[in-house]
Amino acid sequence: MSRKDSRPARRLHPLALRIMHWINAISILALIFSGWKIYDDYPILSWLRFDDAYTLGGHPETALQWHFLFMWPLAISGIAYILYGLVSGRFWNKLLPLSIGEILKTVGDALRFKLGHDDITHYNGVQKLLYLGAIALIVLQILTGLAIWKPVQFSEYAALFGSFQTARILHFTGMALICGFVVVHVALALLVPKTLLAMLTGGPRLEPAAAPAAAIAAPDVPVSSN
Amino acid sequence: MTFKRRLSLFRPKTGVDQGAFEANRRLVDDINRRGILRGTLSLGGLVMLTGCEAGHDGAINSALRAVSELNDSVQAALFRPDHLAPTYSADQVLRPPRFNAFYGIDDVEAVDAKDWKLELAGSIATKKAWTLDDIYALPRQEMIIKHICVEGWDYIGQWAGVNLRSFLERVGADTKARYVAFKCADDYTGSIDMATALHPQTLLATHYAGEPLGDPYGFPLRLRTATKLGYKNPKWITAIEVTNVKPGGYWEDRGFNWFGGI
Repeated sequence: MSRKDSRPARRLHPLALRIMHWINAISILALIFSGWKIYDDYPILSWLRFDDAYTLGGHPETALQWHFLFMWPLAISGIAYILYGLVSGRFWNKLLPLSIGEILKTVGDALRFKLGHDDITHYNGVQKLLYLGAIALIVLQILTGLAIWKPVQFSEYAALFGSFQTARILHFTGMALICGFVVVHVALALLVPKTLLAMLTGGPRLEPAAAPAAAIAAPDVPVSSN
Repeated sequence: MTFKRRLSLFRPKTGVDQGAFEANRRLVDDINRRGILRGTLSLGGLVMLTGCEAGHDGAINSALRAVSELNDSVQAALFRPDHLAPTYSADQVLRPPRFNAFYGIDDVEAVDAKDWKLELAGSIATKKAWTLDDIYALPRQEMIIKHICVEGWDYIGQWAGVNLRSFLERVGADTKARYVAFKCADDYTGSIDMATALHPQTLLATHYAGEPLGDPYGFPLRLRTATKLGYKNPKWITAIEVTNVKPGGYWEDRGFNWFGGI
């Protein structure tokens, strides 16, 4: 985890991470919009159908083609993203540790309009929760998707999710939660445009020792890992 | 139920001269493909793919089909020839089975048992046509398996009939060939890979829940394979061909994944 001082200062979002982020983002949107068309053939909720204006693929067969195309970039880039986060230390540095106190502090600050956005290199408690949640949801989505795709070839595995219909409902629920994340994530990124810009251009260069910033912003949180 | 909604587009109004169809198969498929896929990009798709004008649909659809074929190969590699699909108990069986076809149940044309025969073609040593009595005389295998439709619904069905592998061996089919193709009384067509044809849970089904198949469910003969989606199970079969030339199928030619494995 420790970074050698001799290396040039890295940007907040290194190029590899930005590429993976945007491949994941485009894939997830394409999977959601094509998934809606597939869903429409046999809705889970009687009152919920998706108009063709909001779907990718005008027919179910085309929507299925899109869905089974974009599963590849998401799976490949998603796995690479997770490996990168684990190996580079990014997850440990940026997303962990996470405490309930930190989340409550962020919510409290936000309600009192005291939530600072000056330092975008440090994630607040709610950001950490949302990012960790989104990563977990996308992993679950790939796992339930596999159970729906291959309930017979991987029957032992698919049984972990109950029946075929249970896996389908879980896959649908995961989609709904990811949609919720996307709405909040995009809204907040637009609200603090420099975060969006940072995901395009890389953002500020990090000081070799990034720990003090974290310690100042969240004094309650142990920073021993840094 | 999209299958029904688009019925007027695809349903042949009268019988088609099969000879002419065969002779011009490539052309017919091409016309189908272009005509049907032209409108496949919705507004949502266009918004996402800014820069791709409608005129580029052909390229997009070629790319989508190429990936679909790649997914065929992946599925063939994932296929476990000896792995059995989960089976269920008789009290879970849906009676009657759920109807599905590319038209509504009211439009089913019953097959006359007296006139029906099963013709064989391609890499098969004994091409003698089979009558219904011939088929009924064969040893019967029963399985209670899940039918999963590409649309997302499923039900448990109790199917019995001759094991396709033993049938192919009986008629001297070349089981090293790549595909088994089916033609049906309602002009539906379908095809499966040989590995699936040889799977222990692939039957030429003649019975459901202990009774001969009802008219709407494929009487007298339909395919039931436990390892593929519903549309890969042609009903009202009238001809079987063993071939090395990829045969396609009714829904597959329209863009549904050819392998269709589960």
